[in-house]
Amino acid sequence: MSISGTLKKEATKEAPRKELESAVVRFAGDSGDGMQLTGGQFTLATASAGNDLATFPDFPAEIRAPAGTTYGVSSFQINFGARGIKTSGDSFDVLVAMNPAALMVELKGLKTSGIIIIDIGTFSERNLRKAGYDVSPLADGSLDAYRVVELDISQLTLEAVKEHGLTNKEALRCKNLWTLGFIYWMFGRERKPSVDWLEAKFATRPEVAAANIAALNAGHALAETSEILDGFQGFAIPQATITAGQYRAVTGAEAIAWGLATGCQLAELQMVFCSYPITPASSVLHTLSKMTPFGVTTFQAEDEIAAACAAIGASYAGGLGVTSSSGPGIALKGEALGLAVGVELPLVVVNSQRAGPSTGLPTKTEQSDLYQAVFGRNADSPLCVLAARSPADCFDMAIESVRIATKFMTPVILLTDGYIGNAAEPWLIPDVSAINPFPVSFEIDEEGFHPFRRDPDTLARSWAIPGKLGLEHRIGGIEKDYDSGHISYDPQNHQRMTDVRADKINRIADDSPPQTVELGPESGRLAVVGWGSTYGPINRAVDNILGEGSEVSHIHLRNIWPLARNLGELLAGFERVLVPEMNAGQLVTLLRSEFLVDAEGFNKVTGQPFKISELEDAIRARL
Amino acid sequence: MNVVTPPEPLKPKDYASDQEVRWCPGCGDYAILRGVQKALSDIGARKENTVFVSGIGCAARFPYYLSTYGFHTIHGRAPAIATGIKITNPELDVWVVSGDGDSLSIGGNHLLHLLRRNVDVQFLLFNNEIYGLTKGQYSPTSRAGTRSPSTPFGSVDKPVSPVAFALGAGARFVARGIDTMQKQLPGLFKRAHEHKGTSFVEIFQNCIVYNDGVFSDFTEKEVAADRQLHLEHGKPMIFGKDRNLGIRLKAGALKLEVVTIGKDSVTEDDLLVHDEKDQMMATLLGGMNGTDMPVAIGILYCDPLPSYEEGVSALAARAIEQAPSADVNELLRHGHTWMVEDA
Ligand code: SF4
Repeated sequence: MSISGTLKKEATKEAPRKELESAVVRFAGDSGDGMQLTGGQFTLATASAGNDLATFPDFPAEIRAPAGTTYGVSSFQINFGARGIKTSGDSFDVLVAMNPAALMVELKGLKTSGIIIIDIGTFSERNLRKAGYDVSPLADGSLDAYRVVELDISQLTLEAVKEHGLTNKEALRCKNLWTLGFIYWMFGRERKPSVDWLEAKFATRPEVAAANIAALNAGHALAETSEILDGFQGFAIPQATITAGQYRAVTGAEAIAWGLATGCQLAELQMVFCSYPITPASSVLHTLSKMTPFGVTTFQAEDEIAAACAAIGASYAGGLGVTSSSGPGIALKGEALGLAVGVELPLVVVNSQRAGPSTGLPTKTEQSDLYQAVFGRNADSPLCVLAARSPADCFDMAIESVRIATKFMTPVILLTDGYIGNAAEPWLIPDVSAINPFPVSFEIDEEGFHPFRRDPDTLARSWAIPGKLGLEHRIGGIEKDYDSGHISYDPQNHQRMTDVRADKINRIADDSPPQTVELGPESGRLAVVGWGSTYGPINRAVDNILGEGSEVSHIHLRNIWPLARNLGELLAGFERVLVPEMNAGQLVTLLRSEFLVDAEGFNKVTGQPFKISELEDAIRARL
Repeated sequence: MNVVTPPEPLKPKDYASDQEVRWCPGCGDYAILRGVQKALSDIGARKENTVFVSGIGCAARFPYYLSTYGFHTIHGRAPAIATGIKITNPELDVWVVSGDGDSLSIGGNHLLHLLRRNVDVQFLLFNNEIYGLTKGQYSPTSRAGTRSPSTPFGSVDKPVSPVAFALGAGARFVARGIDTMQKQLPGLFKRAHEHKGTSFVEIFQNCIVYNDGVFSDFTEKEVAADRQLHLEHGKPMIFGKDRNLGIRLKAGALKLEVVTIGKDSVTEDDLLVHDEKDQMMATLLGGMNGTDMPVAIGILYCDPLPSYEEGVSALAARAIEQAPSADVNELLRHGHTWMVEDA
């Protein structure tokens, strides 16, 4: 069914939009179709409209995968609504398929009787074959369970932009904006912010800006004036009740970068960020590279090892060294982390986890580096491990990482993942001037100085930096004498130093907030314990089950090592403990070994976040 | 009127730490340590402002024996750590001490990038052509055929030339010394220190335990004059105990040859005059191997360019000047934001 040109009847045009509490839209197309950009723009428009939302960018590992293939499909999912949104949504209400491959890959996630917007202009024999269709799905009845809107978006876009004098190729690039305009109408979104954005982005190429705007308007107009589907008048999603204040959309990578810089300002330290490009961690480097005016120095090192070592050098010289990577890169940094543990210098290490082992699935999300963070070094080399639970949470956890690293003179590993790093969520922008500063004071006291003199409370060693007369000293990877800081091969001293390093890290727990229960009773039948980016789905699933009248609790860990002081006791108050993780069972092992609790794992490593429904099923099965 | 008494100049021994030096008796490292202490005194180095960074190996123990700041790090990574120090505080005077295994095997990549970036440090490579600390295995500078615990039948792989490596990596200062050159070493280190950017100094160092005499074919007293060419900028390349041997460019080729002054009507005017700024000349000089040609000693190449950290600082200054604000609160509110009113 091609609907272009079919005008709506005057009467139905006035009919009200259908109200939905929430909706999930998935934009899917070829890597070159600009789906991430389309999704990003829709996110901003939706946030401005006052909905709560969560997004999930899902793109291929290849930069330019061959056009039209299933492995070249790039998708962006957004869940938005009038109630608190915790995840990017299990299945979608609307699927935009810009080519046969996108339809092939994404159809399975569409709800029955969901809407599919299809660009039939791409449904050529050749493209169908490339996507793996023997027969066109438009012709064989396989889409009968859905509401299909067939549009020749390619052709409609070419017509819409023809007066702007672009080449055919350039003109076709406006397809995504045409589609965006169409979807904007479906959900009653304002076009203005995207128009402004296009004008700013293509300031030097006004004809490109004008063409894109024309495409956006044309898509919108067609949706408004034609009968898309029988009786369909568009959706309306009421505003969510959201805390008042100024908001922006933030990805985890941005929040980490801004949080680290804020943390360093609060510590009154120069931030030296040393990194080596790796998916999906590079966006942190990109964001920080623009932050020179905020006291940030960035250094793109020759490799992961050099990045970690340069960061250690920075901390030695009196800045705060920060390095970031993903699992394979963190593995390379392992020896340097051991040095930082041994010489007790502050260091922040951000790990944007990805699916492994080895190269694994670089663009897919997983949380399988918990063991690596807690245990992944030679010898007894304890350090602090924290985990962020959402894009916005990255800001707070980055500040906390800086605070702990400088207060306890230790490396801190901050775990995020590809999902948190790339997904955007609305963020109530904090007032940085209201955060308590924690300025670092370097050692100045010559009296009885040695580099491993410790603070009696935190056991942190004194931080004396080169340039200070009278405190010249030597440190290194060889074991140090507890009482003088000189090198020592004494076995008893090694025992003492090993103990004090562990004791120091344990004391971080005294300086960290006690573990709280997110939802449900403080003790009872079942505790669902998570960490990192599983926060959203666990929280929603537990909330739903509580709504059914069953008793279940959600506990979510930010402090992975040391674990919160009260955690063992808290878990002991539950009959059963279930630990959902996007790995083969890592936190669950840690909890079992630390607390002798009969915790049970619930594990998934498909590169995709947990679905709320699968967690609900797992919870119900244990009640 | 305030009278400012200039600080007492420090003597070489003032740069020694209270730690007992633990190299094998007779190790060439002792002499290099003395040379460095003398150079620090000659320069008037401020102890609090001086940092010695090292990796792993016999040479890497160096920082413990000096009374300056010191950081004994991990194998091969000293260049990266030194880079982190310099970009954080460019005012510090940083020396990196390394060996042939540390800097050309496990840490080869880091040295390459230190040199190409031109970070302003003095890089001292103690080349003893052997792994000393791990008890005598052959190293990346060992000559092919070297018998060692890991190559009982002789090594197969060819050695890397530190000087060629440094020049190839884009070093702007390349020099060579010998541990026994007690008179000249402090001067060489002083020149390295004066140079802004990475100053690369290879020092032939005798490992008396695992590779004794490996350099004796050109360092022994009887042969030294005939087998070493001591370079001086602007001076013709003359050597030999009778000062009658010289280096000149071979006719019709980019090659050097040894000639005898007064023989075949060769005069001093035919000899090459050393030009520190000539990288091609440095490359040819670095390739002289001590068998059919003498070993070039002294400053082979010195042609400064701005250092990496100068570039970083300049870039930062420009960014700060052009930035609308350095207030994070403003940064967090830039771009698209929206207000949610109280319901
Ligand atoms: S092993 Fe060789 S290089 Fe090492 S300290 Fe002994 S003599 Fe010197």
